[in-house]
Amino acid sequence: MNKLIDILDLSVPEINELIAKASDIMANPENYREKCRYKKMATLFFEPSTRTRLSFEAAMYDLGGKVLGFSDAQSSSVSKGESVSDTVRTASIYSDIIVMRHPKEGAPLVASYKSEAPVINAGDGGHNHPTQTLTDLFTIQKEKGRLGNLTVGFCGDLKFGRTVHSLISALSRYSGVRFVLISPNELKLPSYIKDGVLVKNKLEFTETKDLESVMESLDVLYMTRVQRERFFNEEDYLRLKDSYILTPEKLKTAKSDMIILHPLPRVNEIHVSIDDDPRACYFEQVRNGKYIRMALILKMLGIE
Amino acid sequence: MNIDSIKNGIVIDHIKAGQAMKLYSLLELDRLECPVAIIKNAQSKKMGKKDIIKIDTKMEVDLDIIGYVDPDITVNVIEEGKLVEKKHLQLPEILKDVVKCKNPRCITSTENGIPHVFRLCDAEKRLYRCIYCETKAAEEN
Repeated sequence: MNKLIDILDLSVPEINELIAKASDIMANPENYREKCRYKKMATLFFEPSTRTRLSFEAAMYDLGGKVLGFSDAQSSSVSKGESVSDTVRTASIYSDIIVMRHPKEGAPLVASYKSEAPVINAGDGGHNHPTQTLTDLFTIQKEKGRLGNLTVGFCGDLKFGRTVHSLISALSRYSGVRFVLISPNELKLPSYIKDGVLVKNKLEFTETKDLESVMESLDVLYMTRVQRERFFNEEDYLRLKDSYILTPEKLKTAKSDMIILHPLPRVNEIHVSIDDDPRACYFEQVRNGKYIRMALILKMLGIE
Repeated sequence: MNIDSIKNGIVIDHIKAGQAMKLYSLLELDRLECPVAIIKNAQSKKMGKKDIIKIDTKMEVDLDIIGYVDPDITVNVIEEGKLVEKKHLQLPEILKDVVKCKNPRCITSTENGIPHVFRLCDAEKRLYRCIYCETKAAEEN
């Protein structure tokens, strides 16, 4: 496998295999400590990141490999005007696998055409974020015991939320998933996902602006942050940023076994008092993220 | 109105009225040195009005571009004044450097030297999306 750009680059059996592998690594980490000895991973982060970069780096270190790269475009030759193609070509000469985040949509795909090493998309603008989706799927499977027959609510910024787009595409391949899309009009799901995935595959979905009215139907609530960096206009951001804030009061009608997910970082869209609620799984997602990325690195390097 | 028939060349026929200039531009026919006739609003039994382009030289035209503009257009190859081939068109699966992605967030907006590529997503709606960012191909008028 030479690239993971979109979650749909992976088949359902491949995703299931990665989830099984991640579970095994989590249960028996000592079996994997030397698997990537002498392997190097380049992390090319043209845009800031905490969790994704740290989890990839921790994953590689826990597999016995090494990491090189940059976490800010300003500290690389990109600041001198170097193209993505040339940067990646260079990095791929020095490494066995490349992990890349870039603010422009499609940049990792361009990178995969130029790279000698496999490329993993660690987020391209508001477009795709497949390894967050693997993390989300792994968490749902662990917490709910299944990926089908679920009612999944997506709340907040469904327009620019790349994790939402990837997760909807991934869950669309499991049977019996009902989608509830909760957002202000300005941040509705883009048509290429709504028409291209939900309508095209005749999947059950509803759209609403009111989170509380649908709360009791949900098995999974996926909260998102309204992202300042996706707006060209500050006024629009300020108007929309507090559209949804999850509080204990709003959770009163939720099922006792519903799970709350969030790709993080959060600003204020989940009140901190919810962190201790047993339904809050967003820090479990962070933990799970490292293990599923370990499984992915092994797969892409062709290591059993 | 009469235009001389050509001896050796290409006749692009059954172009929807008003589309000839778009096709002329996409096929970069302005670069040709030979005579090129653009006939607008010609009478057509089938279409009412149609446009026609006659190119007075033997050349390869990009059938993908013509198919993208309209797969019902016909391309006739003329040799020694006779029709020797009628090329059938279809919607191309991939469009390379025919239309540009208009999404300012797309990598094509900043990266030099990469082709603008669109993939056919819905043949019925003639819908193409950028392979990098999935934005719809915008109609250029």
